[in-house]
Amino acid sequence: MTRPTPETLAHRAPSPAMLAAAANAANPATPPAPAKVSGAVSLVKSLEALGVDVMFGIPGGAILPAYDPIYDSAVRHILVRHEQGAGHAATGYAQATGKVGVCIATSGPGATNLVTPIADAYMDSVPIVAITGQVARPAIGTDAFQEADIQGITLPITKHNYLVTTAEEIPRVLAEAFHLASTGRPGPVLVDIPKDVLQAQTTFSWPPTLELPGYRPTLHPHGKQIREAARLMTSARRPVLYVGGGVLKAQATESLRKLAELTGIPVVTTLMARGAFPDSHPQHLGMPGMHGSVSAVYALQKADLLVALGARFDDRVTGKLDSFAPDAAIVHADIDPAEIGKNRTADVPIVGDARHVIDELIQAVSAERAAGRAGDRSDWWAQLDDLRKRYPLGWEDPTDGTLAPQYVIKRLGEIAGPDAIYVAGVGQHQMWASQFISYEKPHTWLNSGGAGTMGYAVPAAMGAKIGKPDTTVWAIDGDGCFQMTNQELATCALEGIPVKVAIINNGNLGMVRQWQTLFYGERYSNTDLGTHKHRIPDFVKLAEALGCIGLRCESADDVDKTIKAAMEINDAPVVIDFVVGKDAMVWPMVAAGTSNDEIMFARDMRPSFDEDDL
Amino acid sequence: MTKHTLSVLVENKPGILARVAGLFARRGFNIDSLAVGETEHPEVSRMTIVVNAEESPLEQVTKQLNKLVHVLKIVELDPTVAVQRELLLVKVRADRPVRSQVLETVNLFRARVVDVAPDTLTIEATGTADKLDALLRDLEPYGIKEMVQSGMVAIGRGSRSITTGPALRAA
Repeated sequence: MTRPTPETLAHRAPSPAMLAAAANAANPATPPAPAKVSGAVSLVKSLEALGVDVMFGIPGGAILPAYDPIYDSAVRHILVRHEQGAGHAATGYAQATGKVGVCIATSGPGATNLVTPIADAYMDSVPIVAITGQVARPAIGTDAFQEADIQGITLPITKHNYLVTTAEEIPRVLAEAFHLASTGRPGPVLVDIPKDVLQAQTTFSWPPTLELPGYRPTLHPHGKQIREAARLMTSARRPVLYVGGGVLKAQATESLRKLAELTGIPVVTTLMARGAFPDSHPQHLGMPGMHGSVSAVYALQKADLLVALGARFDDRVTGKLDSFAPDAAIVHADIDPAEIGKNRTADVPIVGDARHVIDELIQAVSAERAAGRAGDRSDWWAQLDDLRKRYPLGWEDPTDGTLAPQYVIKRLGEIAGPDAIYVAGVGQHQMWASQFISYEKPHTWLNSGGAGTMGYAVPAAMGAKIGKPDTTVWAIDGDGCFQMTNQELATCALEGIPVKVAIINNGNLGMVRQWQTLFYGERYSNTDLGTHKHRIPDFVKLAEALGCIGLRCESADDVDKTIKAAMEINDAPVVIDFVVGKDAMVWPMVAAGTSNDEIMFARDMRPSFDEDDL
Repeated sequence: MTKHTLSVLVENKPGILARVAGLFARRGFNIDSLAVGETEHPEVSRMTIVVNAEESPLEQVTKQLNKLVHVLKIVELDPTVAVQRELLLVKVRADRPVRSQVLETVNLFRARVVDVAPDTLTIEATGTADKLDALLRDLEPYGIKEMVQSGMVAIGRGSRSITTGPALRAA
């Protein structure tokens, strides 16, 4: 087996260090005399040198100097309609390609409109770099026109941020920003540049020297911890591989498959890790958590060993923390040491890049097996298989004759297939899309997991389609979510970004309505959006007004042909308004704040677990 | 809850205090005392932070602190093998009849008089928090007109130094 070098793992995107090495190799002896340029030109040249091929943004006063060299640059600039769209597009681009996504905005409201997507990228550890204009240095702190302390505002939601104070530092700061965003635990980095710094004369030379003495992510796990984990994995009777988004970020899905098949241990993939392990694989139990499959939730609860790989014991997975996986020993591997022991004490803490961790676990487990230790899982699998058979994911068709949203999403997944990229908003449609589409390949499922940002889908799908132009990209959105960011469809239409949008239109803020049904005595306070009752907006007309093809589907018989019609259109964005029933609910469900043991398979239906088997 | 003394070595960059203080506030910690100053490396500052916290939340906040890009190193100082000092400046009412008694207290605590007025003495004292508390208790009956106290600074005993190491050489 060829072992990845730290460099290949550390720098998934073209990193400044790699580019520096390449540049040095090309010019071994005399570096060319640095060119005299403005700060703005230095910024754009830095982005070019960093290998940026696209950025999403909107110009404005303070960032205006930068837009002049952008006009001539080879870096494609996508003019979005709202800065939030720029931020989520950068995120979608990064999640689909693994490269750093770039968004750019002006000072004040331009910058504050980026706050939501930056927070979103922070929660889901997505590598993006946000560049913002700032008022000129002498005006900082004077409540100047369009001034906002965006560095201060984004302090708690960025991996790191910069206020550039001289034009000379622009190349170094940009190189550092890209390095920080893409290495270790990825995350958003913001670079705020005052207008007069962009206008100042400076020299541009590349590559700059990074000055990050305090930044040393640990990539290689500790050998002793790996051996201890392998010993537990080969002796446990009821182990589970609890796989999180870190496995996707580390490009470790092939390694994961090898480890799973070598050990025969059941796998669950969290909302952020859907696609990290093929859904069709017999060892896959599905998604754990609040709307996870019965078998996945049960497996975690009854496990005697959890091997958490790039996962963070989020409350949506654990339910009530005190009663989560009460009998399990915990092996917790993460690249961020602060995640280990944060929510659940780890018996075997492992700090390292998921790919290194998994590759080393494969070797250590192989050694244990060679010594005759493998662990017998037949009883465990018998229980899990029984549960899978008795409690498969499914739904009951609405009795009022309306279209079942689950059916729409299932058919969409089957028709568009495992090569398409699916991008969800937040709510019921997101959960159904994670449940009823079979994800076979990494980076085919994008969503807003940690932050739960409604409005994520359309702009993120736009970013994904730019990054993967030859792949079909479907946004699966709710009618509530869609009304938050659909203006980016105008961007898609004008820029030639043919995304496809399936609006799962139940006329309501569906997930909130579901909670009102279950926990608030069916008092539907402010959840009816009127999209059914008044057909306002008419999504077909809206799509057409935005330069897209608009289609509508209201019955099960039309689902396939409408999806196929949309699949045929590749020269324009398409929007399908799927008018579905409002009463469908997401099951299974672990109510917030309750134990995973209280999982409901359907309304008023608890699964029966045969306790004698355990 | 117990008091913990953290020595945090940071790059001497603008905004670092806000980053560190903000992190403590966000994670629900009250900082008891904070002192910041340069070290023997001009590009490195040292913060001495005293917090009241349980062991496991403190470990979490320390890990989060370590993730700040400008933080170079964090060491928890064990008070039994560290020298801890605070500085106190206190203005005490001390007119003729009691002045000699006040001066006696000053000598007893190895404090110093740094300013004299007809009816007050300004006293400078350094020491542990306990010593300064004791001094203040003794001065209180004369009437404390004003006082100001620094955050605690601390350094480990013995020849070992926490400001050497690869991270700091690179800074």
